[in-house]
Amino acid sequence: MTAAQPLPDPTTAPEEPAVATPKAPRLEALYFALRNPKLVVGLSIVLLFLLVGLVVPPFLEHTPGERYAPPLLPPSAEHWFGTTQFGQDLFTQFVYGIRSTFLVGFLGGGIAAVIGMTIGFVAGYKGGWIDEVLNMLTNVVLVLPTLAVLFIIAAYVDSYGVVTQSFFIGMTSWPWAARAVRSQALSLSSRDFVDLARLSGVRPWKIIVRDIAPNMSSYLFMTFILLFGGAVLAAAGLDFVGLGPNDGMSLGLIMHQAVKWGALQLGVWWWFVPPGLGITAIVGSMYVMNVGLDEVFNPKLREM
Amino acid sequence: MTLEVSDLRVYYRTLRGDVRALDGPTFTVADGEIMGLAGESGSGKSTLSKSLIRLDGRMRYIGGSVTLDGDEMPIWDDRAMDEFRYKRVSIIPQYAMSAMNPTRKIGKMIAELLESRGVRFRDVRDELHRRLELVELERDVLDRYPLELSGGMKQRTVMVISTLLNPSLLIADEVTSALDVSTQRAVAETLVEFRDREFVKSMIVVTHDISLVYQIADTIMVMYGGRLAEKASAKTIIEMPKHPYTKMLLDSLPEVGVKYEDKRLSGIPGSPPGLLNPPQGCRFRDRCPLADKQCLEQPPFVEVESDHHVACWKAE
Amino acid sequence: MRKYFGRKIFVYALTFFAAVTINWMIPRLMPGDPIKSRLARASLNDAGAAEALYGYFNKMFGLDLPLWQQYLNFWVSLFQGDLGISIWNFPTPVIDLILGAVPYSLGLLLPSIILSWLVGNWFGAYAARSKWLDNTILPIGYILTATPYMWLALLLAWSLGIVAGLFPAAGSYGLSLQPAFTWTFISSLLEHWFLPFLSLFLVALGGWAIGMRNMIIYELESEYSNYLQALGAPRRLIRKYAFRNAMLPQLTGLAVQLGTVVAGALLTEIVFSYQGLGYLILQAIQNQDFFLLQGTFLFIVIGVLIANFIIDIVYALVDPRVRVQMQGGAK
Repeated sequence: MTAAQPLPDPTTAPEEPAVATPKAPRLEALYFALRNPKLVVGLSIVLLFLLVGLVVPPFLEHTPGERYAPPLLPPSAEHWFGTTQFGQDLFTQFVYGIRSTFLVGFLGGGIAAVIGMTIGFVAGYKGGWIDEVLNMLTNVVLVLPTLAVLFIIAAYVDSYGVVTQSFFIGMTSWPWAARAVRSQALSLSSRDFVDLARLSGVRPWKIIVRDIAPNMSSYLFMTFILLFGGAVLAAAGLDFVGLGPNDGMSLGLIMHQAVKWGALQLGVWWWFVPPGLGITAIVGSMYVMNVGLDEVFNPKLREM
Repeated sequence: MTLEVSDLRVYYRTLRGDVRALDGPTFTVADGEIMGLAGESGSGKSTLSKSLIRLDGRMRYIGGSVTLDGDEMPIWDDRAMDEFRYKRVSIIPQYAMSAMNPTRKIGKMIAELLESRGVRFRDVRDELHRRLELVELERDVLDRYPLELSGGMKQRTVMVISTLLNPSLLIADEVTSALDVSTQRAVAETLVEFRDREFVKSMIVVTHDISLVYQIADTIMVMYGGRLAEKASAKTIIEMPKHPYTKMLLDSLPEVGVKYEDKRLSGIPGSPPGLLNPPQGCRFRDRCPLADKQCLEQPPFVEVESDHHVACWKAE
Repeated sequence: MRKYFGRKIFVYALTFFAAVTINWMIPRLMPGDPIKSRLARASLNDAGAAEALYGYFNKMFGLDLPLWQQYLNFWVSLFQGDLGISIWNFPTPVIDLILGAVPYSLGLLLPSIILSWLVGNWFGAYAARSKWLDNTILPIGYILTATPYMWLALLLAWSLGIVAGLFPAAGSYGLSLQPAFTWTFISSLLEHWFLPFLSLFLVALGGWAIGMRNMIIYELESEYSNYLQALGAPRRLIRKYAFRNAMLPQLTGLAVQLGTVVAGALLTEIVFSYQGLGYLILQAIQNQDFFLLQGTFLFIVIGVLIANFIIDIVYALVDPRVRVQMQGGAK
């Protein structure tokens, strides 16, 4: 989780030389996007995994939990990723696991993004005591060790699904996004065009949605990607200690079972290597993709 | 002549081609001259002032020469320029309020800067104290952090730092734009005093405020669309301008002290030309009431009277 | 001074209050009779344990009392250091188990946090030097931060521990040893400590390197850097300033990341069966030992709060801006 890394500051985006003719920024962004290896490689890997998670499951003959094969087979043409101690096919588990990884990422990251952005925007735009209170709330949740809180919550819930898990993760991982968005909104809300809107009596929500948010859309998108990665890692941690959803399969759960049934001692590397590699590849590619996006949106970085 | 600029071309490289931000101005700044540099945004004035000390990342040197006290400055070579910077050409930046490292005491920062340029701090300390006194700053600002100084104090401190090594040429880049009116006047007067005391030999004052330039400058140079429009003594420019653009610029000033930049000039219809594919001929032609066929050809920047240069076919 | 720390302490107090309240509230929010369902699921080896526990649960939860009374009682027993009795390790008080585990967790956390922060910052500053370094260090950094803590721990335990046999892959010290101040014990302790430490250190390293790299680029583009460049100052001086100024937000980042690193330590301990708080949490979860789980949670929160406060103090010491503001010298 990379909450500490600063995102580029859209409010100090470099000024184009004033002499430049009116241009099409979207086209220019696309031009750079297609020529940015970090973005292209990162996005390709993410899409590949997403595709596997979406398309492959219907073609699989067995369910992830089904015990039908000989136990502890190493990877082979028959079982690409080998089998578990109970004769479950690890490739099947992996593919279903990718599915829930993306689900948790989108839902958990999405919920965190919505909460963080709402609180950040309102605090930054409204200021005054509302800002004080929201800031306090943000700081409190920020200091709480997220995963430990999730342990407590998940331990008491008897059974729950991926959606609930995403909800819990989203509810606890928004603070740094709120902070980041707040400081951006703060500097944007003192700009002329926002002042003008405010003077002409436009309602605050409209100003935020119409004037402030579009000006930092690239920033918000990158924030979401970081939250997505954080949610995936948090879910993997929960699943790994055995507090994951009771239904379905996840990459963290595969690792949990591997450790629980002694894969480490038995040297059954194919049980725990692929799931972790999958998470690292997905989250890592998203982060690298983010750097690429950053370079596309922030021309100053292109020269580096 | 302190500064001789000849056919200087500096472009911005963009995807759609070169933006000809500075397209071949030729002019000189005499010893002891304070030259005001005026123009709308996009006129090339800030590109010119940056070119004389440090090109920023996207500017590309295309051609032309800059000579300071008879030595050619290698403005295309960032490293070689270091020898000239500070010692021979210096700048008071537009962002003087935030020009100092916020986490260093001011005195320490100055010492480190000087030592890194091979100047011993001990040797200039007394002079530094004298100059701080001159701008009415206590010596103990050196023991403070920038945060502890007011805006005006920071401005004056930066002025002293920038001129400490007695450069031949000082570029004052919009130094007054962030200040209130009374401070603006004080800053302007300090600039003149620095010249009179020979802390600096010559000066280029880039500014929004043509009335302020008029108070302190010996000469005024007006730029338009990356080229020079007119240069003459301050008095001549204000009282007897020859370039139609200068005339309109002055006419459009409602009263003294009003800034004319940022927004399009109300008095002049149209807007400055894009410099990606600038129109052929005189770049002011689209907005000029006097324009005719002759203006399809670029007018040369010529001396029409003694020390009065204009680039316009219609200037008699 | 008073305002800076006053504010911080207020937030921390509020956080602690929130953590305790969460702890109190969650069992009560769950449907059904929490005591019965907990007891039914608890794996009790001791016959007397069930009875003792039932009484204890009743006293602790006091469900027949009004809510505010229950809440108040919860706080009172907390301040008496009473976190309940462990079910997993009946009848050891939870607090004793936790105090026994804390040194192991701290022994892992402190060196890995501090070293990864220092080394990561150094790498990050180095990466900002050239395109080539940037293109090497940055992707490695991103891969490391994207690595789940437990996965790297598994890889190290398997490769260096089990396959290569260089280090023990499980436990905190040799099984045949008793804690003592002997060379055999200490060397065994260090041997067992190394892999979990390395694992934590590596994952945390990436984040710091990336953070520093981004901060330093930001600083190099700042106005004071521009001014120095215009005055011909050498890159060395400008980098020095940028590095120092970039360290300050990295210090704040340390506070923000603390929770993540602690969580990472818990997961790493579980992989290595290292007997810190993470191991306790795993036992608590597997044995449905809720007193232990909640007690450990509170301790983690307290630890994170203390660490945050220490970082605040250090920050105030190193950032002149905070110092100046505290002296009221700002205008």
